[in-house]
Amino acid sequence: MMSFLVVHRISHTYFTEKTAITALDNVSLSIEKGEFVSFLGPSGCGKTTLLSIIASLIQPTEGTVMLEGEKIHSIHPSVGYMLQQDYLFPWKTIQENLFLGLKIMGIDTAERRKNALSLLERIGLQGTEHYYPQQLSGGMRQRAALVRTLATDPKILLLDEPFSALDYQTKLKLEELVWQTLKDYGKTALLVTHDIGEAIAMSDRIFLFSAKPGRLVRTFLVPGELRQLSPLDARKHPLFSELFQFLWKELDSLETAK
Amino acid sequence: MKQQNNRIDVLHRRYVASLRKEKRYVRFYQLLIFVAFFALWEAASHYRWVDPLLFSSPSAIWALFIKKLADGSLLVHSSVTLFETVLGFVLGTLLGTCLATLLWWFPRFSKIADPYLVILNAMPKVALGPILIVALGPSFSSIIAMGTVISVIITTIVVYTSFREVDPNYLKVLQTFGASRFQCFKEAVLPASFPTIISTLKVNVGLSWVGVIVGEFLVSKQGLGYMIIYGFQVFQFTLVLLSLLIIAFLATVMYQIVAFIEKKLIKNR
Repeated sequence: MMSFLVVHRISHTYFTEKTAITALDNVSLSIEKGEFVSFLGPSGCGKTTLLSIIASLIQPTEGTVMLEGEKIHSIHPSVGYMLQQDYLFPWKTIQENLFLGLKIMGIDTAERRKNALSLLERIGLQGTEHYYPQQLSGGMRQRAALVRTLATDPKILLLDEPFSALDYQTKLKLEELVWQTLKDYGKTALLVTHDIGEAIAMSDRIFLFSAKPGRLVRTFLVPGELRQLSPLDARKHPLFSELFQFLWKELDSLETAK
Repeated sequence: MKQQNNRIDVLHRRYVASLRKEKRYVRFYQLLIFVAFFALWEAASHYRWVDPLLFSSPSAIWALFIKKLADGSLLVHSSVTLFETVLGFVLGTLLGTCLATLLWWFPRFSKIADPYLVILNAMPKVALGPILIVALGPSFSSIIAMGTVISVIITTIVVYTSFREVDPNYLKVLQTFGASRFQCFKEAVLPASFPTIISTLKVNVGLSWVGVIVGEFLVSKQGLGYMIIYGFQVFQFTLVLLSLLIIAFLATVMYQIVAFIEKKLIKNR
């Protein structure tokens, strides 16, 4: 049985007139259904490039991506993408923003609209449907952006450092909320981050990348005890700091090795 | 606690009062300049400090205004010019936005067109006047064409620039949903550029007036530009100045309308 998502020998090079920079070098990995994995690494390790390739936003120079056994070439409706900032459209109300994906994909049915609104309520934003994004706080906006991504019911969520623009407290709360929501809906998720703590607290597995060129160096399985716990509780667990220290050293050695 | 609240109340009232005072002060001086200007003009003309034949006087202009208003000719001239200007302005803005859309849609076309846009923008459009008149005939249409031509290129350039400066992350959001180029344009590029389009409207108000008045200088038998030229030819500068004042008034009103629309349309940003 093939894995849910397979990344097979992906390499990617960015060309300019004067340079050819290899962002990813021969990366292969696979992710199982319902798993929460993180791509961890220093900036310039190509983790966002890999995410964009999986989302088919860019075509890799070499290699293939397979979702449920099928090669993907173009934007796939089963893949949801969340950016570093909310990027809610300021001229649309929250509700219009939520329905945007449905509208674009041409699946704007009353039932899906209802689902999106109930998801908004679940996530603690009831009553904000007719507000404009700038009337909400940063955390609330990022939550609304999550609902927008989930509204089209993707099977896998690609999260591109979605908490990096938030203040620490909001970030912790949102990690908790996103983790819980994704678990409840049985979504597969792929988080790109440079925050070691966030990677440990949220994921089942962590892929460690090195920079220049981006290579997959190692894969860590987060211990079962931590996986069971929600991000906030995981952060309090003694194993958390142990793993944190360990990953810290790994990342550090990657940087000094250059 | 209560005392504290009282104190804040008093401070707040004092602050509001100072705001009002400042506003009154500004208004007073604005009015003073207005009154002083016309009073000085009247006096200068009355006591022959300036030649009244050239500079006329507010009272003479006013008398002419009443007379022209009564015989209905002023209304005709004003409405003709206003109609031409509004049409030129709307056409210029619409055409410019359409051209900008084409440039955005076909990036290669925009690369090819770039030097020509620069040349067209640099060229003084009123110099096209004679050609337009020959091509379209000495009529309404060539005047409206002047009002349009003068604003269309600058609108194209400004709007196209704003299309390109739309945050690519909004497009990324749409692309992850599989949006087509048309959907990207409709959902992100166009609405994000709305404030720019509206602000080019403000510029175009002024430009269209230039185009239309020059057009009327050249061909027309009607309109405020014609009144100016006619007044100049028969050496009746009261008529010239009256036309000027009316143009200033109408252009201001148009500008204010656009500013009002701008406020209404982009209140949510």
